[in-house]
Amino acid sequence: MTSPTNTAKTQHVTITINGKPVEADVEPRLLLVHFIREVAGLTGTHIGCDTTSCGACTVLVDGTPAKSCTLLAVQADGAAIATVEGLEQGGELHPVQEGFFQEHGLQCGFCTPGMMMTATALLARNPDPSEAEIRRAISGNLCRCTGYVNIVKSIQYAAKKINAAETAPVAAAVGAEVRQA
Amino acid sequence: MTTPAQTQIRGMGHSVKRKEDPRFLRGRGHYVDDIKLPGMLYMDIARSPYAHAKILNIDASKALALPGVLAVITGKDLDAAGLAWMPTLMSDKQMVLPVDRVVYQAQEVAAVIATDRYIAADAITLIDVEYEPLPPVVDPIKALEPDAPLVRPDREQKTNHIWHWEAGDAGKTDEAFNSAEVVVAQDLYIPRIHVSSIETCGCVASFDKVEGKLTVYMTTQAPHAIRTVFSLVSGIPEHKIRIISPDIGGGFGGKVPVYPGYVIASVASIQTGLPIKWIEDRSENLQADSFARDYHIHAELAAKRDGTMQALRVKTIADHGAFDAAANPSKFPAGLFSVITGSYALDAAHVEVDGVYTNKPSGGVAYRCSFRVTEAVHTIERMVDTLAQQLHMDPADIRMKNFIPPDAFPYKSATGWEYDSGNYPAALQKAMDKVGYAELRREQAEKRARGELMGIGISTFTEIVGAGPSNTFDILGIKMFDSAEIRVHPTGSAIVRIGVQTQGQGHETTFAQIVAEELGLPVENIAVEHGDTDTAPYGLGTYASRSTPTAGAATAVAARKIRDKAKKLAAHLLEASEDDIEWSDYKFQVKGVPSRSVTMQQVAFAAYTNHPQGMEAGLEAVDYYDPPNLTFPFGAYICVVDIDRGTGEVKIRRFVAIDDCGNVINPMIVEGQIHGGLTMGMAPALLEAITYDENGNIQQGNLMEYLLPTAMETPVWETDRTVTPSPHHPFGAKGVGESATVGAPPAIANAVVDALSHLGVTHLDIPITPWKVYAILQEHGATEV
Repeated sequence: MTSPTNTAKTQHVTITINGKPVEADVEPRLLLVHFIREVAGLTGTHIGCDTTSCGACTVLVDGTPAKSCTLLAVQADGAAIATVEGLEQGGELHPVQEGFFQEHGLQCGFCTPGMMMTATALLARNPDPSEAEIRRAISGNLCRCTGYVNIVKSIQYAAKKINAAETAPVAAAVGAEVRQA
Repeated sequence: MTTPAQTQIRGMGHSVKRKEDPRFLRGRGHYVDDIKLPGMLYMDIARSPYAHAKILNIDASKALALPGVLAVITGKDLDAAGLAWMPTLMSDKQMVLPVDRVVYQAQEVAAVIATDRYIAADAITLIDVEYEPLPPVVDPIKALEPDAPLVRPDREQKTNHIWHWEAGDAGKTDEAFNSAEVVVAQDLYIPRIHVSSIETCGCVASFDKVEGKLTVYMTTQAPHAIRTVFSLVSGIPEHKIRIISPDIGGGFGGKVPVYPGYVIASVASIQTGLPIKWIEDRSENLQADSFARDYHIHAELAAKRDGTMQALRVKTIADHGAFDAAANPSKFPAGLFSVITGSYALDAAHVEVDGVYTNKPSGGVAYRCSFRVTEAVHTIERMVDTLAQQLHMDPADIRMKNFIPPDAFPYKSATGWEYDSGNYPAALQKAMDKVGYAELRREQAEKRARGELMGIGISTFTEIVGAGPSNTFDILGIKMFDSAEIRVHPTGSAIVRIGVQTQGQGHETTFAQIVAEELGLPVENIAVEHGDTDTAPYGLGTYASRSTPTAGAATAVAARKIRDKAKKLAAHLLEASEDDIEWSDYKFQVKGVPSRSVTMQQVAFAAYTNHPQGMEAGLEAVDYYDPPNLTFPFGAYICVVDIDRGTGEVKIRRFVAIDDCGNVINPMIVEGQIHGGLTMGMAPALLEAITYDENGNIQQGNLMEYLLPTAMETPVWETDRTVTPSPHHPFGAKGVGESATVGAPPAIANAVVDALSHLGVTHLDIPITPWKVYAILQEHGATEV
């Protein structure tokens, strides 16, 4: 990492995390998850395994969910990363966060950040997923506490909320056209 | 009907959203690996590739030469300080680091302290350990043969047998079997499994040389007991040790034991005066931390020809690995396995367990289960089905015929437990109605005629949780009470500190609800703190579904002590005699005169500003609750499976779970616990098992090989409940966190056997994997072509 005793060659990287560039000289072997947690100091992204199986470390890399334990920080040089800390905007919870709160989609909270990032990416590409599509999307994220039923409901809640927010202005616009006609 | 006061207070029975969620949802949980202290060093551990070997030499010179490495700690270093061994919770001892031999694969051999976790990981690969492999003891049955190699030559007894335990009446049971009309017998193996909470184990140990105080942030389910053990082992006075259990990413029993890593990190911090962080990798967690189950069972059930069950006889070999480091109450080396008579009225039962050492990591911890109850429930629920099959009876009918009748409670079981309350026929009937049992049986008959494989499985389990009464239950001599301390502030908000703590169960919410209900204060004005031994009252911790039965009870009793004092204050404020004051709809009022009333908030203010002469100021109470009995939650589960004849895959089409945990604090949280428990019940039934090859090599040592259920395998759980309050618990509640893990596996196994019963299949050991089923289909020519 950034240890002074480290004699390995380092490489300079600039990684934008939640809209904020973070620069550091890092060892080429430094995992992205350690960059996020220890260099950027954002500890909401967790580590649950060493075989890319559990998904607790899931972040979005240029909008695509990725397991940050299986990417090197140098591979993410120049990329835009989104983590759980970036979901809340202007003091308002993201619909996915709200869904997990309302539908009791979390217990110990350890898998939750990765699970929510996967859900966010799913809803960005498929705003109205079926239950089967939700289950497939989160199948790379393990949860030991909830049995997934309430996680599925949480994501359905978020989809509904996002769709309601998006259709509201559309309806207003359609209404305006009707009035003009 | 809900009153306005109930809506405002939101005490018992409300689905209050969780108080702990806002931090978790924002990535602001505070788990152990999130802790960063100034000057903190990192520890990593070198582990044994052999299951059994002599250590001839450890050469750490290359590791020590690596820049950034400060120390390499071996068993010899610890031995010099008298710390190479530590006591287990089960009157055994275990190695912290080995001096001359390793006894399981992945055992800790040496620890590196370095400035960086990558350097520490590099350094462990540079430690040269010279081993002389020894023959490993892998099979616990062969371990008992006279010429078996010794796993533990350090013991006086030169055998791999650890202990023999039995319960029930052997003579009466044998008599019943001798005169029985029908006897069924079955061997069952309940495989070794691992809890694999998504957060692994770890700690940050920080010794302050000036204060002489050791603080350890630790993934532990039992911080107070750990503090006492640390003090007794290290000689550090107990007030100079602080154990903090921060946010914990799942426990399930795997975070009850003391693992060597905690101890080595603490020793290293004491020696260096610097904080030491140790966080396991998943593979280390899965290969070396304590395992559950591993029971080799032979069970026999005696009955009349009409299906009346009479007696149960069970013999078990328990594989405990190389150290008996389970976490059972001291007098119960086989836990509460003797609850094995289940929900049924049996005249006699006798159960024996023999604990055995093998060259495997420690076994016998829980996997979301109260002390061996899962093994017991699996056995009896499979045996009931075996009997039904033998007698050509419907598995629901045979259960209804043999249930302990609702009017027989409190009921003394054949192995000596006093069941507090139950209504088993009501729960099963509700499950049968919900699932549409009769219709499913018709569908099954039609499908079977077409060659399709469908099965219906029932499990009507009784659990035993909430250890426990101090006359019977202790861990290392510490009685298994639990505690709560409540302070009501002048403006009517309150802080509650409890001796148990959450690993996801939501104590910060449910314990606030208990206080809200008892004191009539809105739930949002009550803060709950736990997990810090410097501030929380002493308690035995959270495992075995004991939080609500023990500390939950303590919280209610402490609140009632406060209410007693508050009543005196209310009498003072209302200028009435205390005898004329009653507590009604969350406030004190003059009997029969609702207009003359004061709220708890008003009373709290008076406790600090206007208390009567001679009364002590303040409004607080502590309770250490010694439960008079355990609680006996129960349930009726029905599982419907379809079997793919092309692959052998078992698909759970429906799973109806009726649970009864008495009065419910928070229905949303209880349902969440059931969902999670069912999933951790399905896991060992269909997916999870840890096995070893003949050399003692673990065969599922990472999450690519050890299959945790994903959202794809997990069905939609259909839950409902009946309510049969516990008569002895202050608010009629029973534990619930583990019921589903205990009850689900036999429902699934029974469903699969049911689907294959017409082929002559009478039993399948779990996990019921596709290839196991496919082999049976092939054998009977029942595969899809």
